Amino acid sequence: MKTDELIDMLANQSPAVDRQIVARRFGTAIVIGLLLALLVLLTVFGIRPDIEEVAATPLFWAKLALPATLLAGALLVTTRLARPGVPVGNGWATVATPVVAVWLAAVGLLLSVSANNRWALVFGETWQVCPLNIALLSIPAFACVFWAIRGLAPTRLRLAGAAGGLLAGSLATLVYSLHCPEMSVAFWAVWYVLGMLIPTAVGALLGPRLLRW
Amino acid sequence: MQRTTTHEALKAREAHLQQLLLLGLDGDEAAYRQFLTLLGAHLRGFLRRRLQSPEVEDLLQEALLAVHNARHTYRSEQPVTAWVQAIARYKLMDHFRAHARHDALNDPLSDQAELLADEDHQAQQAQRDLAQLLEQLPDKQRLPILHVKLQGLSVEETARRTGLSASAVKVGVHRGLKALAALIGGHR
Repeated sequence: MKTDELIDMLANQSPAVDRQIVARRFGTAIVIGLLLALLVLLTVFGIRPDIEEVAATPLFWAKLALPATLLAGALLVTTRLARPGVPVGNGWATVATPVVAVWLAAVGLLLSVSANNRWALVFGETWQVCPLNIALLSIPAFACVFWAIRGLAPTRLRLAGAAGGLLAGSLATLVYSLHCPEMSVAFWAVWYVLGMLIPTAVGALLGPRLLRW
Repeated sequence: MQRTTTHEALKAREAHLQQLLLLGLDGDEAAYRQFLTLLGAHLRGFLRRRLQSPEVEDLLQEALLAVHNARHTYRSEQPVTAWVQAIARYKLMDHFRAHARHDALNDPLSDQAELLADEDHQAQQAQRDLAQLLEQLPDKQRLPILHVKLQGLSVEETARRTGLSASAVKVGVHRGLKALAALIGGHR
């Protein structure tokens, strides 16, 4: 086939293109990813029994703020990386800021208590399972997010994979917060971040293979 | 590298390309054909500076197919050149990687103006025949592409002839062109 014939073929009966497709695809991926993560949470882990009392405290909402802001940041970065030639720009700052903020808050908390109380604030009761639970909850969201990215045209596959993994991880962490009993910012600063890093690393690893087009 | 074109001329080309692309995205076939033709000429010049001549037309066809398959990711606030160049660079890197030509990977390809620097309307014969690759697609993709895209039949007429539903015809064209791009990737 000559190039002119290819151009004719491509242009022939080429219908108008849906410009909202990026927003719609990611919207669908996030809603379904959230619902599936909730389903896994309810069947495997359950919601913490004291959710009603704890939901009345500002600390609970501060705990949700980390994954919620990271979700927004990761979404911004992922949608930029999913389109050819769009620089990530200030998207990196939207991802870094929540992490830095929670680390600073954790350092502040640890400095405000006596040295022998610090370990308990970092390790809590559930440090051994927390990152793996988050990674497990992120699996369905990971599939949804990668479906959304594959429908677009990423050109930096490893980065796009990592950003998609972080998006799935933050979504899973948001849901996991409904189960997790830990209320120390130092705990979140270590184990939540580690939990979200697992799908991020998996995304970076699989990105070049899964997102190729 | 030649720098005979002025800044204004490049801006005018960018504006012209963008106008054609946006019309094409709204369903204007003639404008879209013109966009692809003009873009093809620019891309040919761009690729010729980076590849051996027998490879140029292959990569050009691959890049045009990729631009078409990714056309829903273009947004009007972005320069067309930045968008196209990212796609062309992606396909070029893929090609270099497959041929393990790491020396060429060092080429930064960073100057967006370069894409529009010159044009080459001289089409050469491609080595890889897309028509043959098309034959390898399953019927539900091959027939819609054959009837709608190559013979220019309407979606309804194609649906009648193939026994597929109208939406299956549209999906078949869309998926088939993506599968064609994947086949090229697997056939290096």
